[in-house]
Amino acid sequence: MRPSVGQHCKQVLNRSKGGAGMRYSGFRVIAEALTGHKGWKPVWRDPAPQAEYDYIVVGGGGHGLATAYYLAKEFRQARIAVLEKGYLGGGSVGRNTTIIRSNYILDGNEPFYEFSLKLWEGLEQDFNYNAMVSQRGILNLIHTDAQRDAFVRRGNAMMLNGADATLLDREQIRAMYPWLNFDNARFPIKGGLAQKRGGTVRHDAVAWGYARGADLRGVDLIQNCEVTGMRIENGRIKGVETTRGYIGAKKVGVAVAGSSSRVMAHAGMRLPMESHVLQAFVSEGLKPLIDGVMTFGAGHFYVSQSDKGGLVFGGDIDGYNSYAQRGNLPVIEDVAEGGMALMPAIGRARLLRTWGGIMDMSMDGSPIIDRTHVEGLYFNGGWCYGGFKATPASGWCFAHLMAKDEPHKTATAYRFDRFLKGLMIDEKGQGAQPNLH
Amino acid sequence: MIINHPILGPRDSQEFVYLGDASLMTRPDGMTAGIEEFHDWLYNRDNPAGLHRELWYHEQGDRSWLVVTRNTVTHEITSVELARDVARKMGRSK
Repeated sequence: MRPSVGQHCKQVLNRSKGGAGMRYSGFRVIAEALTGHKGWKPVWRDPAPQAEYDYIVVGGGGHGLATAYYLAKEFRQARIAVLEKGYLGGGSVGRNTTIIRSNYILDGNEPFYEFSLKLWEGLEQDFNYNAMVSQRGILNLIHTDAQRDAFVRRGNAMMLNGADATLLDREQIRAMYPWLNFDNARFPIKGGLAQKRGGTVRHDAVAWGYARGADLRGVDLIQNCEVTGMRIENGRIKGVETTRGYIGAKKVGVAVAGSSSRVMAHAGMRLPMESHVLQAFVSEGLKPLIDGVMTFGAGHFYVSQSDKGGLVFGGDIDGYNSYAQRGNLPVIEDVAEGGMALMPAIGRARLLRTWGGIMDMSMDGSPIIDRTHVEGLYFNGGWCYGGFKATPASGWCFAHLMAKDEPHKTATAYRFDRFLKGLMIDEKGQGAQPNLH
Repeated sequence: MIINHPILGPRDSQEFVYLGDASLMTRPDGMTAGIEEFHDWLYNRDNPAGLHRELWYHEQGDRSWLVVTRNTVTHEITSVELARDVARKMGRSK
């Protein structure tokens, strides 16, 4: 364990007693198994806020925790706090469908998402935590000749950016999943674009791993601490008002996707985004059926199978502004229809759970990682419903921006002013209509 | 969600297409407004948690535009007006 800059003596003392600082290993698991698992300790501290920090990250979800972790680890910064209004990892990082991939087409996006996928590949060793990163592959199905052309182009764009992409024909897909509805009258399966390095990750463990890694490096993770205001003097951030009192800061980064508009309103900002609800679904446990991630190319339906056997799937957002973390029945019906069109075999599987999460739907379907008009105030959000796969790179690039005051080279396009300048990153070409992205 | 259409009565929200914040009705005057004002109108939103006035289009019905006031936290709809009436109240001809 490498001590980080500005470590407080008390924390070092805690570590030497085998508290929060312990390192996980196979040996440790065996030793604990033989001694009744009495040696495990809380994984992170629960500190009270200090009067001032160099860096405050607002939002204790995946992106906020990753930001704090990389600020401390990669950019060697200290006196960092993460403020979370609820509990760590209780927002969208705990409510998503856990898919990782880098199959984007546009120049502003693909290098960033490929950077993220490379970080996923080394993440567990990096933060010494089992996040169950499983590169089981993702397959986007093709149903028309035009769609094949589009996917060939996408695959080429991916390879130009160092990602992997494989075009599969119908028989190759039949060998993988013989039970798919290949001869659907309207949407026959004609092939697919596969990214074998894509896959799934245990989403909660991502939040926990980053939280533990940040805590070990001296970051204060402060829960039940909602930001209720920002103190801004002469165009510069001085600190934030919270439900646990005022906390001063030299720099404040906001990573609260879903609630971005609400928090940034404290700085007088109106954002180019709407909050929408996206639902996700889990079936009862089934025997092994799908060993990767699959998307239906004719409707909006994507599915993978969890290690417990449940089919994890989802589709479109509900389509109206919402902060409710729950959706309505029409989308459930639409997603179920998509699933049935693609894989009729699931018709008798029972739906076990559905839930909703709140998405920042931006005006071009792409995120923002940028400075603001307030000096020392930074923003990270607008992830639409693709934020989970971005978690490592989002944290890294946001930490880079906050520490060095310049954007990371893979995130230069994620600017606020791209809408003013006509430099949108619109993968779907839908225009300024957030519920269509 | 059920939208209580002022003319047709209660209708399933599935019959409608959602556009967004009703402020989209008040487009700046292209002859006088600057690019910043247009940018703000087209791209930026208040995006409130709570009461939200929003435009719904009755595509599978009478094809009228409605201004629906809905709570984005509870999904409760508290008022529904014809967008035409709202526009006239603002002094517009249609």
